[in-house]
Amino acid sequence: MIPLEHYLILGAILFALSVVGIFLNRKNLVVLLMAIELMLLAVNLNFVAFSHYLGDIAGQVFVFFILTVAAAESAIGLAILVVVFRNRQSINVEDLGSLKG
Amino acid sequence: MEFKQLVFYFFATVLVFAASCVITVRNPVKAALFLVLAFFSAAGLWMLLQAEFLAIALVLVYVGAVMVLFLFVVMMLDINQARMREGFGEYLPIGGLVAVLLVLEMGIILASGPFGTAHMPEPAGFPASHSNTRELGRLLYTTYVYPFEIAALILLVAIVAAIALTLRRRKDSKYQDPAMQLRARRDERVRLVKMPSEKKS
Repeated sequence: MIPLEHYLILGAILFALSVVGIFLNRKNLVVLLMAIELMLLAVNLNFVAFSHYLGDIAGQVFVFFILTVAAAESAIGLAILVVVFRNRQSINVEDLGSLKG
Repeated sequence: MEFKQLVFYFFATVLVFAASCVITVRNPVKAALFLVLAFFSAAGLWMLLQAEFLAIALVLVYVGAVMVLFLFVVMMLDINQARMREGFGEYLPIGGLVAVLLVLEMGIILASGPFGTAHMPEPAGFPASHSNTRELGRLLYTTYVYPFEIAALILLVAIVAAIALTLRRRKDSKYQDPAMQLRARRDERVRLVKMPSEKKS
């Protein structure tokens, strides 16, 4: 018997870990994107757990849409990353300050 | 029941371990591989929650497509790892503090009871004849058909955007211009030369 709490706390731990990831790797654009993927995974875990415990499959439909949007987001993010690297030979976030006044 | 708990805690431990490796490991390729491990364990947990279709979709779409894309990009780029690690320890205290606070807050709320076994007992589970894919498909193609179409449109836009961003036209490549080809006239291209035939010697 696994209580719902345990799934939710696991989701919270995952989310907190990815927040730390954004704090720690604030130079590396690739790892930032990976941390965002982890965050979405944590949210999806909560959705699926609630869907199971409430007996409502609509939560799984929502996860389906989140997966779609996340795939689109990472594809476009990586494309932007490649263009940035092509233009400045670096993906350091600190180098991307040309819009600064 | 006991076996199910064992499976849950095993997958949860692997998931947390993989996630912490993703954010701390030095090499981005290794980080991507640990992210694959995290997605796999999450798929296992979803299987435990009887969301079979989503578990398979997570492995197929995420591990099969998105993570391979990540690996491609990481290996294509020449990343200076030493520079990327600057300021890594500098933000560790504040980041750790935020994370501990997040987990503490969520833990206090969640452990206060509304999601315990008393209020939300675990459902009995579906019989073996129950098809998660069929249920999901029925809902997706009736109630959520318009959001589904919008999702398809989002994917199309993502394809177009990704190709348009990364497509690079080379300056030295040769390609045909049909308008120019049609504009060609005969007398610009063909020159008739009058030449007497040679005598046989």
